[in-house]
Amino acid sequence: MRSADVLRFARDAAAGYPLRTSLSVLAMAIGVAAVVVLTSLGDGARRYVVEQFSALGSNLVIVLPGRSATGGFSPANALTTTPRDLTVDDAFALTRLPSVRRVAPLTAGNSEINANGRLREVVVAGTASTYFDIRSFKMAQGHFLPEADWSRGAPVVVIGAKIKEEIFGANPAMGELVRLGDRRLRVVGVLKATGQGVGGMNTDEVVFVPVSVAQSLFNTSTLFRILIEARSRGEIEAVKREVTAALKARHGEEDITVITQDAVLATFDKLLRALTAAVAGIAAISLAVAGILVMNVMLVAVTQRTAEIGLLKALGARAATIRNAFMAEAAMLSLVGAVTGYGLGLFGAFVLRQVYPVFPAYPPDWAVIAALGTALGTGMLFGIMPARRAAKLDPVQALMKH
Amino acid sequence: MAVIQLAGIERVFHLGDSVVHALTGLDVAIDAGEYVAIMGPSGSGKSTLLNLLGLLDRPDAGAYRLEGRDVTTLSPDEQAAVRSRRIGFVFQSFHLVPRLTAAENVALPMMLAGIPAAERAARVRQALKDFGLDQRADHRPDQLSGGQRQRVAIARATIMQPAVLLADEPTGNLDRATGDDVIHLLEELNQRGMTLIIVTHDPKIGTRAGRQLMMEDGELKSDSARPAAAAG
Repeated sequence: MRSADVLRFARDAAAGYPLRTSLSVLAMAIGVAAVVVLTSLGDGARRYVVEQFSALGSNLVIVLPGRSATGGFSPANALTTTPRDLTVDDAFALTRLPSVRRVAPLTAGNSEINANGRLREVVVAGTASTYFDIRSFKMAQGHFLPEADWSRGAPVVVIGAKIKEEIFGANPAMGELVRLGDRRLRVVGVLKATGQGVGGMNTDEVVFVPVSVAQSLFNTSTLFRILIEARSRGEIEAVKREVTAALKARHGEEDITVITQDAVLATFDKLLRALTAAVAGIAAISLAVAGILVMNVMLVAVTQRTAEIGLLKALGARAATIRNAFMAEAAMLSLVGAVTGYGLGLFGAFVLRQVYPVFPAYPPDWAVIAALGTALGTGMLFGIMPARRAAKLDPVQALMKH
Repeated sequence: MAVIQLAGIERVFHLGDSVVHALTGLDVAIDAGEYVAIMGPSGSGKSTLLNLLGLLDRPDAGAYRLEGRDVTTLSPDEQAAVRSRRIGFVFQSFHLVPRLTAAENVALPMMLAGIPAAERAARVRQALKDFGLDQRADHRPDQLSGGQRQRVAIARATIMQPAVLLADEPTGNLDRATGDDVIHLLEELNQRGMTLIIVTHDPKIGTRAGRQLMMEDGELKSDSARPAAAAG
């Protein structure tokens, strides 16, 4: 029997029992769609985190007060007893290190902004002009904080896009005076909307002031973070060493933690990849179940079509021909199911992206290949047994069943 | 020359502890172009004999030569090839594939034999015309009458131009008039040279054949072609 005829015969046989066929196709489709959607979610989460971190800026090294024994984020950060505070002088000292391109001090707190007859709570970030380049910001209007001595900042403020909209609406904000806590500051710039930020610090809802203004506003002399940009990616490790040594010399002990964006990113990346793989594994169970269902359906088909198998043998079909026909049918059920499921899965991921536009829910290639492969593999594998059973039927017995 | 030669054929079934001799010591020769009726009561072994002749079953002892070739020793695949090209089956319950049209049912043996689709289509068209079914080519079996179904089955059985046509109670599921039509059709094929072997318990059909084989308890009780030998 020609291959084309085997395929046509199998297709007609599958089409001859629409309910049975559509149910097993549906089972296979659900399995594949589950893998595609769940891995889209997992990988989407990974991409989301990676993108958010990348938005922080490139070649970034972050210094935070307190010693962490293990590195990265750990509860030890919060529990260290008496770390020496980071100061603006510390930050300024780091600007002289050889591998460092830029340094930006950062102090943060909550305050109220009052202007144009409106009042709103905002996150106030005290920093310097360098912060703009480190974070790769873009301005909608005006300019960022002016370059100035970090200890004597001018009474100016740069506001986020959302703050501008909520306080000023359509009115011009540039040059207006706003009240921030007990300070009166002049708006010199409005940031372009990004919709991004890490740790709840969406830059659209932040106002930036010179670090000295923020420190006096919050009545503090400490820094929340020091952000450093290395001269190149290869110098990130050198920056880490130099910063640690310099601050140890200034503080007398190693009471700071230096984290690199790379390290944090790698940890998240690894974590979320593992999560995605785990979810894919769970979804793959449904594929195995679908494979067993295909086997069940094919066994029913062999029983239902016993007389037909006897007839085919009487008409001169070889055992291999009958086996191939049933294998082809099982493969077709799996293939159609897998392709349908792939389509459903892509649609599901599309819906996810529509509902959560910031969430890049695309299925990873490996998951798609694995899902389709597993679907076809299990379908074929579980098709072998029924096909062999059909091929082995005794034609005399088979013909009597009618 | 004999198209079929059976010598010392034995067929034994084991049903639990009991042993059933379905066929014992069977020696029959059938010439090409003969019209043979195998008759006898239920359980006499006539169906077993037909299955053996059609290579659907193997004898436990004895030799079966089809067109001079010993076919009992062939491998299952070789036997399938012989069934495909040299033997045609007509069944009591027609055995048409319900999801296939009349034309597709007729084409089935050629498809299994790997004949190209274009040639199949031409031969099916001719066969359906010969059997008066050209208006029914695209009908499924459930859209056909009993007589039409059996004609489709006969067209299918003869499409590969076999040497032997085996018919197992071909009129068993048909009314009298339709059954007669089918018998006439089979006889026409026989007159054109095809060896025809019919299993039947209907004496009216049996006596129409040129030769009657009477079976009883797995043995050949009488052979109208050799009255003296079989009687002994």
